Amino acid sequence: MSQLKQDDLLQIYQFMSLTRAMEERTRKLFLQGRVVGGVYTAQGHEATTVGAAMTLHDGDYLVPQHRDLGMHLVRGGSPRAVMCQWLARGNSPTLGRDGQMHIGDMYHGIVPMISMLGESLPVACGVALTMKMRKRSNVVLASCGDGATNTGPFHEAMNFAAVQKLPLVLVIENNGYAYSTPTTKQFAVKNLSERAQAYGMPGESVDGNDVLTVMKAVGKAIERARGGEGPSIIECKTFRVRGHSEADKADYVPEELRAEWLAKDPIKRFEEYLMNKGILTATKRTEIEAKVRATVDDAVRFAEQSPAPDEATVAEYVFAPDGPIAIIGEPGASDPRYVNALDTRIGQPFSTISKAEEAVGRR
Amino acid sequence: MSEQKVTYLEAIGQAIREEMRRDEAVFLLGEDVGSYGGAFKVSAGLMEEFGPERVIDTPMAEAAIIGSAVGAALMGMRPIAEMQFIDFITCGFDQIINMASKMYWRVGMPVPIVIRGPSGGGTKGGPFHSSSPEAWFFHTPGIKVVVPSTTYDAKGMLKAAIRDNNPVLYLEHKLLYRLPELREALPEDDYIVPLGKAIIRREGEDMTILTYGAMVHQCLRAAQVLEEDDDLEVEILDLRTLSPLDREAILASVKRTNKVLIVHEDTLTGGIGAELSAILAEELFEYLDGPITRVAAPDVPFPYAPPLEAAYLPNAEKILSAARKLAAY
Repeated sequence: MSQLKQDDLLQIYQFMSLTRAMEERTRKLFLQGRVVGGVYTAQGHEATTVGAAMTLHDGDYLVPQHRDLGMHLVRGGSPRAVMCQWLARGNSPTLGRDGQMHIGDMYHGIVPMISMLGESLPVACGVALTMKMRKRSNVVLASCGDGATNTGPFHEAMNFAAVQKLPLVLVIENNGYAYSTPTTKQFAVKNLSERAQAYGMPGESVDGNDVLTVMKAVGKAIERARGGEGPSIIECKTFRVRGHSEADKADYVPEELRAEWLAKDPIKRFEEYLMNKGILTATKRTEIEAKVRATVDDAVRFAEQSPAPDEATVAEYVFAPDGPIAIIGEPGASDPRYVNALDTRIGQPFSTISKAEEAVGRR
Repeated sequence: MSEQKVTYLEAIGQAIREEMRRDEAVFLLGEDVGSYGGAFKVSAGLMEEFGPERVIDTPMAEAAIIGSAVGAALMGMRPIAEMQFIDFITCGFDQIINMASKMYWRVGMPVPIVIRGPSGGGTKGGPFHSSSPEAWFFHTPGIKVVVPSTTYDAKGMLKAAIRDNNPVLYLEHKLLYRLPELREALPEDDYIVPLGKAIIRREGEDMTILTYGAMVHQCLRAAQVLEEDDDLEVEILDLRTLSPLDREAILASVKRTNKVLIVHEDTLTGGIGAELSAILAEELFEYLDGPITRVAAPDVPFPYAPPLEAAYLPNAEKILSAARKLAAY
């Protein structure tokens, strides 16, 4: 990755560190009883999520899943919004209607996921289909876990994407387990990228704990999609070193297997690489750590000071209002006369939270 | 008004064609909708006019069809997703229930999609080509459900559905597709029939029949007999949109007639009639001069053999018999 400048490498490192720190804080909030619902984190996934999302350009779209905080942050997702979401605040992107990483809007190029994993992939096809119909050079990066590759929508979406030659790249985050079910009980192929063959598209399996390897493989697939050559699958092999959720002790994972993967921690690995290259110094690392801590502190403070949702609004927001709809990303689309230019539930731009803070992400 | 009379099916095709001409965000996708023109030929000629990029032949994959429609709609497109038979909508159920219907409520992004397809029985279609799936979606917040019963409404309501900013399930009845008596000359100018508005098909003072879809025509036949043989004036309210319901029109009619018969082709338990009954019992308890009465299909899957199908489906005779019993109160 010789074309990456030192600043880019440090930014990648910072995103990975921020992702880890946000999740560690979320876990702490959960243990303190301040997060009321389930908490799903992704320690060990940071090279895959940050690396994959770093390959996108302005106007590209992301279709992430529950362990993809790193992707959100890279694409400009707001740490304040994420914390408001975890803490079910009234100003969260879902106005407290939904929790977890179920956030996103098309103005920020992120399709919000649902809990039925795999169901986002047909939706990703629709976004990619729009890119194709509107003759744009933008692409869609979707992700799913090893578990979701076994669903019907996964198959329907990959097949449709291939038939339509859609500008879509699917990153499969194979972390070894679907909740407690190991991959050996999920599928009989050795590499999930082999599934690509069945759809007539390229597939590649890579080390998902090496951020530069992930970037290289996903970047190649993204540029292929951008060039009109159709979809690809990249399997990033990683490991879920914690439970499915924080309620899951994951005692079904053999200790030595977990230890093996903990030793391959993606952040530690990248840190060593940067140190060896002389790109990251001890001073610089302290500086980044402080910046990350300040961002997380700010996000938590902001969320805790934010109001709870108003229970008088419980029956609202079921139907969108009448009015013209813009094709997002096209000239004039952000004109507020369009129903989809604003969050019409509150009459304000989407993710006002991110506008109110110093952006830590890059778009 | 155009000189030429068109069928219910042709009216649906006209609505799609005119909306695709009017708005480049509108497109159609589904199984066999392109080159073949659709299993019932609703989309005949559309691919020739708009090309394969706007009239998309898809693989046999309802989750991909509906999910892709949702993704495009999030971008601001207005896709029309065709279910070849509405029975197959179950294969894409999650995309409707968990993806499309909750999207605006969750994140504020509208999902302007129309999911349409042939519903209903009477064509010897058996248990997988005859269903009336409205109750599943009627129960689901965030999706509109419309059931046109006339050629005029078929066109005007589809146009309204396409222009709506929410997921709309548009249930066309396959028995009405080419019914000669439904042929109608339609206005040449653009028109819509607003969603959420019921219409009185026949005025009367002795009883209200609440119904929709193909059953409207069975009710009209029964009402004719009741007038001629029983001297009863029956009011028929065609609900047209099931979700959101036109409560105002329902309550106004029953307040006037004080007796209500509910007729639908779908099965009885937990059907639209169950909710209508509850609304009427809650709102008009003191106005009712007889039991709220329902005529619906029995609680069994849709049968294939002709005598079974005939026994299963509500019809004018069954409506007549229930109406006479109710009128006797």
